[in-house]
Order: sequence, then C-alpha cells, then structure tokens
Amino acid sequence: MNLDFPILFAQTALLLLLAPLLSGLIKNWKAKLQNRRGPRVWQPYFDLLKFLRKDMVLSEHSSWIFSVTPYVLFLTALAAGLLLPLVTAQAPLGLFGGVLALVGLLALGRFFLALSGLDPASAFGGMGSSREMTISAVAEPAMMLAIFTVAIAAGSTNLSQIVLASQGPGWKFFDPSRALAFTAMFIVLMAETGRIPVDNPATHLELTMIHEAMLLEYSGRYLALIEWGVAIKQLVLMALLANIFFPIGLAPETTPATFALGLLFLAAKLLVLAGAVVLVETSNAKLRLFRVPDLLSAAFILAMLALVSTFLFS
Amino acid sequence: MSDLEAWAHIVTSVQPATLLGASLCGYGLGAVGGLFFMLREKLATAFSFGAATLSALSGLLAGLLMLGGGAGSPAPQLELLPALIPSLRFTVRLDALSALFLLVVSLLGAAISIYSLGYAKGFFGRKNAGLLGAFYNALLLATTLTFVADNIWMFLFAWELMALTAYCLVSFEHEKPETRQAGVLFFIMSHIDAGCLILGFLLLFQASGDYSFASLHGVGAAMSPGKRDAAFVLFLLGFGIKCGVVPLHIWLPVAHPVAPSNVSALMSGVLIKTGIYGLTRVCFDFLGAPPLWWGVTILAAGTISAVLGVLYALMEHDLKRLLAYHSIENIGIILMGLGAALIFLHTGHPLLAALGLIAGMYHTINHACFKGLLFLGAGAVLHATHTRNMEEMGGLAKRMPQTACYFLLGAVAISALPPLNGFVSEWLTYQTLLQGFGTTDSLWRLAFPWSGAMLALTGALAAACFVKAFGITFLAQPRSPAAGAAHEAAPSMRAGMAVLAAACVLLGLFPALFIRLFDPLTQQLSGVQLSSQLSLNHGLVLGLPAEKAGSVSTLGLVLTGVCLLPIPLALRLVFGRKARTRRGPTWACGQPGLTPQMEYTATGFSKPIRMIFKALFRPRRDVQREYDFSPYFATNIRFQSHIEEVFVERLYRPLRITILRGSRRIRALQAGSIHAYLLYIFVALLLLLLFAL
Repeated sequence: MNLDFPILFAQTALLLLLAPLLSGLIKNWKAKLQNRRGPRVWQPYFDLLKFLRKDMVLSEHSSWIFSVTPYVLFLTALAAGLLLPLVTAQAPLGLFGGVLALVGLLALGRFFLALSGLDPASAFGGMGSSREMTISAVAEPAMMLAIFTVAIAAGSTNLSQIVLASQGPGWKFFDPSRALAFTAMFIVLMAETGRIPVDNPATHLELTMIHEAMLLEYSGRYLALIEWGVAIKQLVLMALLANIFFPIGLAPETTPATFALGLLFLAAKLLVLAGAVVLVETSNAKLRLFRVPDLLSAAFILAMLALVSTFLFS
Repeated sequence: MSDLEAWAHIVTSVQPATLLGASLCGYGLGAVGGLFFMLREKLATAFSFGAATLSALSGLLAGLLMLGGGAGSPAPQLELLPALIPSLRFTVRLDALSALFLLVVSLLGAAISIYSLGYAKGFFGRKNAGLLGAFYNALLLATTLTFVADNIWMFLFAWELMALTAYCLVSFEHEKPETRQAGVLFFIMSHIDAGCLILGFLLLFQASGDYSFASLHGVGAAMSPGKRDAAFVLFLLGFGIKCGVVPLHIWLPVAHPVAPSNVSALMSGVLIKTGIYGLTRVCFDFLGAPPLWWGVTILAAGTISAVLGVLYALMEHDLKRLLAYHSIENIGIILMGLGAALIFLHTGHPLLAALGLIAGMYHTINHACFKGLLFLGAGAVLHATHTRNMEEMGGLAKRMPQTACYFLLGAVAISALPPLNGFVSEWLTYQTLLQGFGTTDSLWRLAFPWSGAMLALTGALAAACFVKAFGITFLAQPRSPAAGAAHEAAPSMRAGMAVLAAACVLLGLFPALFIRLFDPLTQQLSGVQLSSQLSLNHGLVLGLPAEKAGSVSTLGLVLTGVCLLPIPLALRLVFGRKARTRRGPTWACGQPGLTPQMEYTATGFSKPIRMIFKALFRPRRDVQREYDFSPYFATNIRFQSHIEEVFVERLYRPLRITILRGSRRIRALQAGSIHAYLLYIFVALLLLLLFAL
C-alpha cells in the first residue's frame, strides 16, 4: 500500500479551504438572483473564524455525546472526502473504501448529529432529528440505486474505478441510463444538503427547520466545527455527482500541470452545479414535510428506470 | 523444560471433539447443579452460570480449533450415549458448518453467562434463580446439540428440547398474564415448525434410507423434483418460523421481550440462528443443486423481512420489543446473502456463492454479537428503571455511563455504520448483490440491485430507529422518577457487555483476519476457498476477488480519522485560546424551566415514518378532551395511538377463527357415548383391513 502523500495533503487542504467558499458562493448567487446584495463570498470564512473565537455555552442537560458530535461530524466528512477522486482520477485513500464507505461515513456523522439534537432535552432538537433521519431514510434507496447504476456499469464500487471506466471511449452523458441516474442523484443531493424543496437552509422558523433545529444548542467552537463539517459534506456530495457523471478533466497521473488543469475543471464543474442548485432553490417553494417523500420516491423511480434502461440498452 | 514441553504437548493434543464433549457435559452439570442447589440461590447462581461460562469457553475453543485448522481437516465425531435402539444413535459431529455455529453460540453463551452472574441477583427472593440457571444451561445444551447433531433423530430431539426449555424460560415470570400468553404462542409456533421439519425429514429419509446426516449429503439428487420442492417448502416453513421470517414472525416480538433479559439475548442472538443453520444445512448440503426459484424465494423473503422488520421496530416504544423486531430485520439481511448464494450455485458461480455465504455467515456472527449486546444493555436498563417503556426513560447516559457506551457501540454496529462489524457484513452483502447482476442475462437480475436498494432503506431506517432507541432512552432529561434514580449495572453485567462490545469492535476492524475462519465452510458448501483472495495488504484491507471491484478497510478509516484529529484540535489551540466554556440552560423559547414533558417522545420521533408508511401501518388515533367552556382550554386530554399489525389482523386472526370453528365441528364426534366410540373403533378396523388388502 503506497500512499501518495502530496496528493493526500493537497486534497485535505482543498476540502478544508474550498468548502466554505462553495457555501458562500451559493448564498451570494441566491441573493443576487433575488435582487438582494447578499453576503460576500468570503463571509463563511469570517463566520467560522468568529465562531472559533467565541465562548461556548453547553446545555446543562447534555451528555458527552453532545461534545463528541462536532468532531465526529467534521472528521467523517473530511475522511469521506479523501475517498473521492476530487482532482486526480486516483482517490488519495481509495483503497480504504469506495462509494459504500463514503455513504457510510456520512451516515455516521448524521447519526451522531441526530443524537445531539435529542441530547439537550429541547423539543426543537428532537423534531429536527426525527425529520432528518426520516428524510435520509427515504433518500437512501434512491441514492444507492443511482450509484448502483454506475457501479454496475463500471463493475466496481471503487470510485476511482467508476471514474476511470466512465472516462473511457464509451462515455457519453446522454446515455439515457446516466441521464436518469444523474437526475435522481441531483434530487437526492438537494435533500441531503438540506436545500429548498426539502429544507430551507436560511430559516430559523421552528415549524419548518430540519437541519438548523438540531444545531440550535451549539455555539462557539463546536458550532464552527459543525458548520465546517456540513460545508465539507456538501462539497463532497457535489463533487461526487460532478465527477461520477462528468469525469472529464480528472488528472490521470499527478504532475503539477495536470493537477492544475484538474483543479480548473473541478472549479468549472462545481460552478455549474452550484448554479443549478441556486436556480432550483430560487424557482421552487419549500415542500410540505409529507410531500417530500413523493419527491424522493420520484427520484427512486428515476433511478430504477436508469437501471432498467442499462438492462435494455446493453 | 521438560515440564513445559509436556504442557505444550497436552495443549496441542487437545482435540476439538474433547473440548466439545467437555462443553456439553459442563452444560449438563450446570443444569443439574442449578436444580440441586435450588434452595440456596447464591450458590445455585454462581454454580450454574459459572459452569455455563466455562462450558461456553470450551465450546468456543473447539470451534476455533476446528475452523482454524483450515479446510479439509476431518470432522470429528462423538458418541454421547450408547444407542438405545440400534438405529437411533446419540452422535454429534463437528464439521465446518457446525463449528461456525458452535462458535456463535459459545461466544454469546460465554458473555451472557458472565452477565447473568450479576443479573440473576435481581431475582433473589422473588423468583427461583437456581431454576433460571438450570433452564438456562439446558437451553445452551440443547442449542449446542442442535448445531452439532449428526443424525435426524438427534437433531429433532435437540430441536424439541430447545423449544421446551425456551418455553419454560419465556414463561419464567408466569405470574404476568402477558407472559403466559406469549409462552403459549411460542409453544404453538414451535410445534408447527417441528411438525414441518418432521415431514421434511421423512421425505429425505425416504430417499436415503438412513438417519445419519452423512448419508443425506446430496440426497436431493435421488429425489423426484416434486418431492424435492415439497421438502424445500416444508423446511423453509419450519426453519422460517424458527428464525422469524415475515410472515411467520408473529411469535418473535411477543415471546422475546417477556423472557428475562439474559434469555432474550440468547434467544435473539443464537436461538433464531438455528433456523439459519438448518436452512443452510438443508439447502447447501442435503438437497443438492438448487433450482432458481429457491434462491429467489429466499432472497425475496429476506428482503421483505428486512424492510418490514425495521419498519415495525420503528413503531415500538417498548425497548425489548423494538430489539426483537430488529432480529427479524437482521435475519432478513442474513437470508439475502444466503439466497443470493443459492442463486449463484444455480447459475454456476461457486466463487460468488462463497461470497454470498460469507456475507450471510459473517452477519450471523455479527448479529449475535451486537444483538446480544443490545439486549444485555436493555436488561441493565430494565434492571435500573423497572420498565421497558422508553417513554419513561431518559437521561441514563449520565447515570449509567458505561452501559450507555456499550449500548451506543451496539447501536452503531446494528445500524451498519462504519467502522463496526455491521458495516463490514452489509458491505459484503452489497458486494454480493452487485456482483450478482452480471451472472445472468434473464430479467431476474434486476432483483439484485432492487434488493440492494431495499438493504439501503433498511440500513437507513435502522439508523433512524437506533437514534430513537439510544436518544430517548439515554439522552436528555429523565422522563420518570425511576429513570432519575437509576444506577449503573453490576460489575459482572458490565463485564458481559464489554466482551460483546469488544467482539463488535474486533470483528469490525479486522474483518480480513476473521474471513479465514470461513474457508472450511465455503470449501464444504460451495467448493472454493476465498479468504486469500478477499484479504489484501497483509489482511488490513478487505477486497473482492475480481480485479479492483472494490475494497474497504475499516481500520484504515479509523486511522484516517485519528490522523485528521489534530486539525480540529489545532484550530482550538490557534484561535480558541481565550474562549471559555460554561454550562447554561437549554433554550425554551424564553420560558423558565424546561420540563421532561417538553421533550420529544419515542412515539413523536417515529411519527413522520408512521405517516409516510401509513398504508402499511393504518395508524389510528383517539383524542379525548375534557373542557369547561371551550375546547381550546382543555382541562384534561387523553391521547391514544394505535397501529394495525397487518399479519396478525389479516392473516392469523382469520386463520385462528377458521381453526376454532373447524374444531368445534369435529367436537361433535366426541359425544361421550361408549357406543359411538365402539362404532368408531370398528369402522377404523374395517378401513385398516381394507387398506391392507
């Protein structure tokens, strides 16, 4: 087992530094589209810095789970990011797990966050945990089925193998099964990152919030770690979607030149995807909680169709 | 030096058969001792559970020696008692499949016996703890015998002994009506399954002409297809009832919770695995090359059990019933691996069949560990709060910190989250299902990814369920005075849980090392050995035989996490040096005083899922308000919520009514008149004579 340490460090740094920027960008563009000036693109960095410096208030009812969660969430998101081919076709830690491990790590972070929602004995936290776990449970089969479609085509669950297989001469986006799987995954992405048709990231209204409800009792350093971890998770999921379905530009071997080119392509793909997210968020209203399963079952059916069409056209 | 050599010689010359014999005798001794010292409960408890611990350790060693010896080592045979009737022999044999299940029962038996040393004290002065120890040992003896029996007669004998001792243990606290009803249901269902098994074995015996399991090997080839299918269906029903496959599961969530918690752990961890053992033995060993529909049926039954098991578990707020429903879910996951393996045997892919078998068997071991752990944890909670109702718990993480830790480990493991063992075996199951897509060109192959998606749904729902189970039970404020006054469990109880928690961690972090134990098994059942191909990088990474098809290293993931930990710590050192931490009240909308009544309840937590799947649950609620002048100012509110158990209401109830009606008709025959009876005898005699002609 030989690890490529420069790439490992570069990808860790990239995940840490790029994630807040992506969040800031989406917030800024959303504001622009709604005719507001909005926060600067760099605002999330200042927020994180401020949270890190602030004093912390812990709920008197909470247990050690509450203090462990920020670390678990941050580390699992970061580790999941290292399983992903971000700039280079070879993921730095691809040997340690493929797409199943990536999904599992993110689920571990969510598990602890949901426990921490219940921990401070507030009804809001419990409500957030309950809804978060419900929505993730309904989203999971659609996501897995969409992933299976590409994994079966590549004959592997290793993300580098999936990317390499689809980079080959046979790659075309308008393959019906890929287009359908992409749509399914995009819907799941909106649900998993807590975006508008499912959850409103900007709201603090008790009855509608899901993700924010679980964070209500966090402050200071812990809040910084959670916000950062969630931003990294969003980056990981968006990059996963971008690189699985559009594997162009991923550096096959690591020289500084190909790395720079790969970075450029990654930036372009993320910008387009962020644009799509902003458009969907601005042009849709938040769904009522019990309408969300309808949306996610639509995603599931799309993924099923993707699979069936693989079967038909191969 | 010579002493040392002599010892080494003794140690290396110990045979698995000797250890197995010692283990069986030990259980017998424990059972007799428990009865003998019945009137001195301290001595009886120490003796019977001590004997069970030692016997289980001996059995564990036997299983390890047998499986560690590699493939192809001869299966030792042992005659327990001289044969009473020439063909009915009390023989046991330890082949690879038996050894694996012996390993499971012994590992769990050892941990639970240690736990019981402290747990049984809760019965002192209330119930007879010696009797509990005696039945407990008898149950372990019967279960072990079931796994190692070498002929039909011995197997059925052990099976019946197991059902009867389990019945006695389920109805141990028989003064509660709920327990008596559960016991009767368990009794009826176990005898229906025994009946199916007897019929199935008769069909096999008809073809082989001999009782021994060795002569039954591959006997399916000598049977007509119709009889072979009939035998398969009978065994599927019989073993399916035992392991709680939906829709044969109804006894399981009723019977497991009412038993003492150590027995619940044993029943959920091991007893239901006798069904898995039997199904594997029959399908892979006896019935020969399987047709496609057997595998598909088992895969479908597994998928349905997994999803419905976890959905019903989510609706429970009785901690032990919740865990019992999760057993149904996990049996489903095991069956998914086994069903896929059967399909691969049909399509002629022995390597994949071996992978499916490993996935199923690894999950069997894992489920025994984490479900045993969770039931022991639930037992400790029950012991401390005297209730099984989660709505009356809460805040236990502060009052029982170690129990909470162990329960959390079990919860993470059962939710199939990395890096613990549940993740590893579900990873293997996913891989089996994904690889299955390429094995055939028929439309059936869509069943594999479909089952995979359902497995994903199951995993995510299980995570939701255990957020609820752990969060409501152990976190936030205590919801009742009993929970507020809870105390940590006794040291021996914690030790028992620690053993299983350690097993969960080790099985999770070093899967590639344990994979080797399956070599003899896959060699026996599918003809290939897989461990050398599954273990990469000196056993640190688990990978698939196909080139670059996927790999995972839970140890690597943990190490990654540890290496990344300095980042958040450094952030604190660099930026947060001046930041202080203090405790404050939880935000309660500015109102003073947050009471436990304001917390989210277990019922509330699962409400979104109840609403999403309302076609299945048919939830009903009943709200009664008492008010003086306006309904908006109620003085008293009563809320009742109820879900329908589809199978009980729609399947078993009509069945029961029909059976009762039928038996009422037949009762007319028993008129009590001796003349009528004489007539019956005469008619029977005539019929028999005609039949003989």
